[in-house]
Amino acid sequence: MSADDQALTRRGTVLEERGPGPVRVALPVNGTEHAVEIEPRVSLLDALREHLQLTGAKKGCDQGTCGACTVWVDGRRVLSCLTLAVACEGREVTTIEGLAEDGALHGMQQAFIAEDAFQCGYCTPGQIMSAVALLEEGRTGDEEIKEGMSGNLCRCAAYPNIRAAVRSVRDRA
Amino acid sequence: MRPITYSRATDPQSAVATVSADPTSDYLAGGTTEIDLLRQYVLQPRRLVDINALPLAGIESTPEGGLRIGATTRMSDAAAAPEVRERFPMLSEALEKGASPQLRHMASLGGNLLQRVRCSYFRDPLAPCNKREPDSGCSALTGHSRDHAVLGTSEHCIAAHPSDAAVALTALDASVHTLGPGGERTYPLDDFFLLPGDSPHREHPMAHGELITAVEVPPTPVARRSLYLKVRDRASYEFALVSVAAALSVVDGRIADIRVALGGAATKPWRARRVEDFLVGEVAERRAFAQAAQVELAEARPTPMNAFKVELAQRALVRALGTLAEGTGLEDGSPA
Amino acid sequence: MTAPTSTATAVGQDLARLDGRPKVTGSARYSTEVPAPGAAHACLVGSRIAAGRVLAVDAEAARAEEGVLAVLTHENLPGIAEQPPLVPSLAGTAAPGQTFFPMQDDTVHYAGQHIAVVVADTWERARHAAHLLRISYEETPATTTFEQGRDQAYVPERIFGGWLPGRISRGDADAGLAGAELRVDAAFTFAANHHNPLEPSCTTAWWEGDELVLHDATQGVNATQITVARLLGIPRSRIRVIGHYVGGSFGSKAMIHDHPALAALAARAVGRPVRLALTREQMFTSVGHREEQEQQISLGATREGRLTAIRHHKLSPTSHFDDWAEPSIGVSAQLYACPHFDGVYRLFRANTMTPTFMRAPGEASGLFALECAMDELAHELGLDPVELRLRNYADASPMTGQPWSSSGLRECYRRGAARFGWQDRDPRPGVRREGDWLIGTGMAAAGYPVAPPPTPQRARARLYDDGTAVVQAATPEFGTGVVTAMTQVAADALGMPVGRCRFEGGDTALPDIAAAVGSSGAGMISAAVHSAGTALREQLVALAVADRGSPLYGRDPAEVAVRDGVMRAGSAAESYAGLLRRTARPDAEATGSWQPDSGAPYAMMTFGAQFAEVAVDPELGLVRVRRMTGAFAPGRVINPRTARGQLMSGMLWGLGQALLESNRMRPGTGRWTHASLGSYLVAVNADAPEVEVELVEVEDTVVNPLGVKGVGEIGQVGAAAAIANAVHHATGRRVRQLPITVEALL
Repeated sequence: MSADDQALTRRGTVLEERGPGPVRVALPVNGTEHAVEIEPRVSLLDALREHLQLTGAKKGCDQGTCGACTVWVDGRRVLSCLTLAVACEGREVTTIEGLAEDGALHGMQQAFIAEDAFQCGYCTPGQIMSAVALLEEGRTGDEEIKEGMSGNLCRCAAYPNIRAAVRSVRDRA
Repeated sequence: MRPITYSRATDPQSAVATVSADPTSDYLAGGTTEIDLLRQYVLQPRRLVDINALPLAGIESTPEGGLRIGATTRMSDAAAAPEVRERFPMLSEALEKGASPQLRHMASLGGNLLQRVRCSYFRDPLAPCNKREPDSGCSALTGHSRDHAVLGTSEHCIAAHPSDAAVALTALDASVHTLGPGGERTYPLDDFFLLPGDSPHREHPMAHGELITAVEVPPTPVARRSLYLKVRDRASYEFALVSVAAALSVVDGRIADIRVALGGAATKPWRARRVEDFLVGEVAERRAFAQAAQVELAEARPTPMNAFKVELAQRALVRALGTLAEGTGLEDGSPA
Repeated sequence: MTAPTSTATAVGQDLARLDGRPKVTGSARYSTEVPAPGAAHACLVGSRIAAGRVLAVDAEAARAEEGVLAVLTHENLPGIAEQPPLVPSLAGTAAPGQTFFPMQDDTVHYAGQHIAVVVADTWERARHAAHLLRISYEETPATTTFEQGRDQAYVPERIFGGWLPGRISRGDADAGLAGAELRVDAAFTFAANHHNPLEPSCTTAWWEGDELVLHDATQGVNATQITVARLLGIPRSRIRVIGHYVGGSFGSKAMIHDHPALAALAARAVGRPVRLALTREQMFTSVGHREEQEQQISLGATREGRLTAIRHHKLSPTSHFDDWAEPSIGVSAQLYACPHFDGVYRLFRANTMTPTFMRAPGEASGLFALECAMDELAHELGLDPVELRLRNYADASPMTGQPWSSSGLRECYRRGAARFGWQDRDPRPGVRREGDWLIGTGMAAAGYPVAPPPTPQRARARLYDDGTAVVQAATPEFGTGVVTAMTQVAADALGMPVGRCRFEGGDTALPDIAAAVGSSGAGMISAAVHSAGTALREQLVALAVADRGSPLYGRDPAEVAVRDGVMRAGSAAESYAGLLRRTARPDAEATGSWQPDSGAPYAMMTFGAQFAEVAVDPELGLVRVRRMTGAFAPGRVINPRTARGQLMSGMLWGLGQALLESNRMRPGTGRWTHASLGSYLVAVNADAPEVEVELVEVEDTVVNPLGVKGVGEIGQVGAAAAIANAVHHATGRRVRQLPITVEALL
């Protein structure tokens, strides 16, 4: 123990506990404030899918290994299956449903169609949310795209076409 | 997932007081280990205390020229920080090669150090595992052990430590700062990670409720020329079969300073002191690297399934050091 | 010729997927995402042990949890009405994944076998209650390894759901091998593989009185309907199965495993809709897999490189209730002109569920062995691997002597080699280095049988008086591009632009289509759609020429050509829509049906050629595939874009099979070593190189009306062998195991 410990840390107060039963959670999603009654154990993914009927984010593994559930929290791409919804209070959640503006497809969505960057479509919302974020992160080299999209499995293996879609959006910018 | 309660901490002291007072509580930072293992019933806390709002994120230079990286700094932020990239390339590379971009945005540096092993038996509540359930036995000893450790093992546990960043930090002599019910403490990283011995469930010396607040990396001029080599089956998004964090300075053809640690092959981030001791003052050449690697791995205790790691670790050491000695940039990607 | 013609040319167009918008916006609803007010969630519980019986299930704690609605076990689950036999779902009959239905008694045959279903109002509560079940077992020794099973191996009479014999032979292989001037003998081992589509299998079920509605992730809604009807003993007419979007299958949803029926039973038990989704872990234990296997192959050849004999034997574990082996030997028997062949499947009973179809079932593993052995033979002979294959080209099936309905294989070799740049290849292994990497190239042939469905395939076409058309058939869209391709087929058959046609599928309320498996989908569905579209066109033309009010009145129907929805004969013209409106018909409809001629005197296979370049870091044991080129002759290509996508996908599956995908049962416990996507490795983006696909169109007038042979599997066949052969070319090392691991190359 260091000598500094003489100045013992002020003992904090025990924090208020919410749950384990359903609690009211204010969840800002795609620019709209939603209120859901959920148990604290509910993941952001399940809150979106089961409570807000926003089923664009997909449940591929529920273990953080596939990327199909990728959404943005405060503008960053994250895995909604390993994020608790209750922890997102006061943060801005963006899902694939919030990407198109006034019904006009985002450039990445158009590029995915144009480059045939999907087949079954199940990983696609996660791929697109990841791809848009990747370019905003400034990781735009061809090799960076390969690596930067490797957190999103596509079992149909449309990978070369996914890269082509990302590059086409990059090159248009 | 069992039912849990949720609390959001607003100051470190309250977080520590809350978790310390309740053995069934855990901290929640990035959640990438905690939520995953909660859902699999490997971890079973009753309460989570969210520390993401605490002022523990950020990177600052220390007056001596080192770095203090806040515990809730995200892996991606730490990897991208100019001071990390310039002064400690091996750390930046280790962070970049960990997990996936999404996970790196979520996972905190403190959580990265405390992430749990990838042993499939540890993660399977139906299998005996001394780490998860003391004295229940180790399934990996006679089971599937390809991914397991060859160094630092015991007859109770052979799980490899999974962190990449911790390997680089161990090579860099980093230390862990904590805040516990008894106050602040500092642990040298090499002492922070415990060998499994006969108590593999104890992975670090912290008391329950003790909170990592920062990781401090001392000034290490040799680290400006460093790298992190990660060998894995997949080209990305996979834990290391073997990894090497290495820094080398060569003066007049001889090794003046060196830092080496191994990952993927040991039960804790493995400082390769034998390699370092062997090589200081030696001519920087492949043969010396190979001899040093052999010395380091001499005490390896592999299983039939992971015996290849003994050879692979040596080759990775030679490759990493050779690359630094040549002064060429190192890439473990294909030359495609 | 008396039929009117359509001069439209949508087929062959490089059309973007028509289901793109819902998929890129997240509005496409998959089977657990359909609205179902008040739906409860069901969670399956798998057995911890691999053999024995369930002594007791203590559900007290689970039932006490808030929101728990039901705990179903063998003690209270209603018994099934009947266990249908295991028959491939292409047959159009009931297609259970295995002939064992769980929870009928206390017996446990394999780890992960479903022994309980827990239903609660939320997913979290169902999952937690499932965890709270206290299950006690009586465990008996399990057979989980080859070492245990090898001595008990037997040769089954039939395999693959009874469709194929356990032994295939022609000539006298022993004599052929004995008389050979050169021999290659090689043994190969294969890890088990799992499909792991990104969407786990799932069903949403509810009852409307005594009628059952299932939204099911399946390759065939009719297969689900028929199988559940038989299992539950309810009339087919009382079951509607819907599956509009399916998040990938690769064979995991080709057969109807127990969960759709369990979802139906759970929904009945709780009196509300039930969503049942498998967890990722359960995707390893509940939907079959590609079995672990060993194969031995012997090739005999003359010094000129002509094959004299092939012997190909396989050993693999099957379940306690079915004789299943994927047919790894079938294509070996047919790919090369060779007088003598001996193929034998040997099975041993193990504590596993019945293995099942997985992309290129049999061919992916069997041609790995054959094509690696051919590469060894070429090397021994000092012959170019392509040349060796050309010398053994079979212009008729070596098994039956029947000519191929179409081949294109030689063209695949030629065009694939040209596009890849094979001609400048230095055959010496281990001589090309770039930094730490050794570079090598390899190739392999590919073949996949064309399997026609034995039952009629049906579709319906309807034209509205606004000039738009809907064409319907029950098939679901699971990533193949069927919605897009069938819209093109319909447009051509009707003589209309694609933009005014729509294809609807994925619903048993629509005309029956067998499960789209074994690359049969495009061929059989296009046949049905073409038939329906053609029938409707003929009906409307007949209406016009017989109608005094029509400008076409009195014309010979054979004179009438339709384009852009307008019927023309000389200068006379009338649009479909005009005709309908003028005659006060809101719409017109026709159905079409197609059944293949099973007696056609032809052998039917799809062929291709695979080329790969790899970089091997021999010190670290790493293999990275740098590029792949595949040339394939899949008959007619309806949509080159989606066809290329399927072929590319298959080739990259070959990469995964070659280098990454591996599972084994744990000895003793019988549980899979890897049961997550974190440790069962599939290729990620960074693993996938650029892939070139060369389409070699061949005309085939036998397989089906449009001559479509299918693209779903052929892309994978031979791809792993091309990679392994390239690894040899890079390093001089033969690796005869899949996957090729780091440790195999150190």
